[in-house]
Amino acid sequence: MSLKRHDHVHESSTPYRHPPRPDLDDALTHHKAMEIALRELLIEKGVFTADDVRRQVEDMDSRSPAQGARVVAKAWTDPAYKKLLLTDGGEACAAAGFERGPYKLIVVENTADTHNVVVCTLCSCYPRWLLGLPPDWYKSRAYRSRLVREPRAVLREFGTEIPNHVTVRVHDSTADMRYLVLPQRPPATEGWDEERLAALVTRDAMIGVSVPCAA
Amino acid sequence: MPAPEAVQARFREGDRVAVRNAYPLGHVRTPFYARGKRGVVERLCGFYPNPEELAYARPGLPKEPLYRVRFRQSDLWPDYSGAPRDTVDIEIYQHWLEGAP
Repeated sequence: MSLKRHDHVHESSTPYRHPPRPDLDDALTHHKAMEIALRELLIEKGVFTADDVRRQVEDMDSRSPAQGARVVAKAWTDPAYKKLLLTDGGEACAAAGFERGPYKLIVVENTADTHNVVVCTLCSCYPRWLLGLPPDWYKSRAYRSRLVREPRAVLREFGTEIPNHVTVRVHDSTADMRYLVLPQRPPATEGWDEERLAALVTRDAMIGVSVPCAA
Repeated sequence: MPAPEAVQARFREGDRVAVRNAYPLGHVRTPFYARGKRGVVERLCGFYPNPEELAYARPGLPKEPLYRVRFRQSDLWPDYSGAPRDTVDIEIYQHWLEGAP
């Protein structure tokens, strides 16, 4: 009986079928064509192999904000580590078992009277070796142009209300530095171990558009 | 001390600086919105090849001092409506900076 009912739904749904939609990767844009051409040439010339490219992509995709969350949780529980993280981000990454990274990592600390948030107005600079690929919105023109102009309005759209007595510091990552926001440890987390704390630390909190919450 | 192939650093943390009000053609890494604005050196980040040269496959040497300069939002945007102490820190190479009173 249920099978019959199922058939019926399919038939009657026919008039509502949506028109064919193009796949998002249908369009071969200029830059896509150039990337394919260059990659194939370099492979043909033996500079690297297709497997090298695949491995790099796989390696990049294996990095995630969980790495950064571990670093933050460690700083929350170990004052000496926090000091290292704030003075030498790369060294602190290495001490936590992650890559030091190809760029200098500047860690900016949120406090009771300062909130930090990161943007790259010129492109999409991001500490990829630690946090993985940036979210799409981080690369959008709207975020990049508006965060330096009206940060509090942008934060509000992310659901983050920063009271006026707290200073908002925007960090425009325009050159050779990369940034990580060290969020404030949420209240009511006394006695939590590193792993439990790390679960509270999200990608967005480390960019600074959100704050971690223990609820 | 900077390596010998680097330009000497002219500014120190706390120095008041102004961004050159210049609009050269080509690959530039000083954001448009900071041109002609005044700020304070937050720190010297180090010495790096000039990206305006690197973009054209030139070596970008000698290395340029790179600073983080802190601007008050109200100096960047006269109609800024957030809190008066809000800031933007921008990485800027020395050749884009001038001393300011």
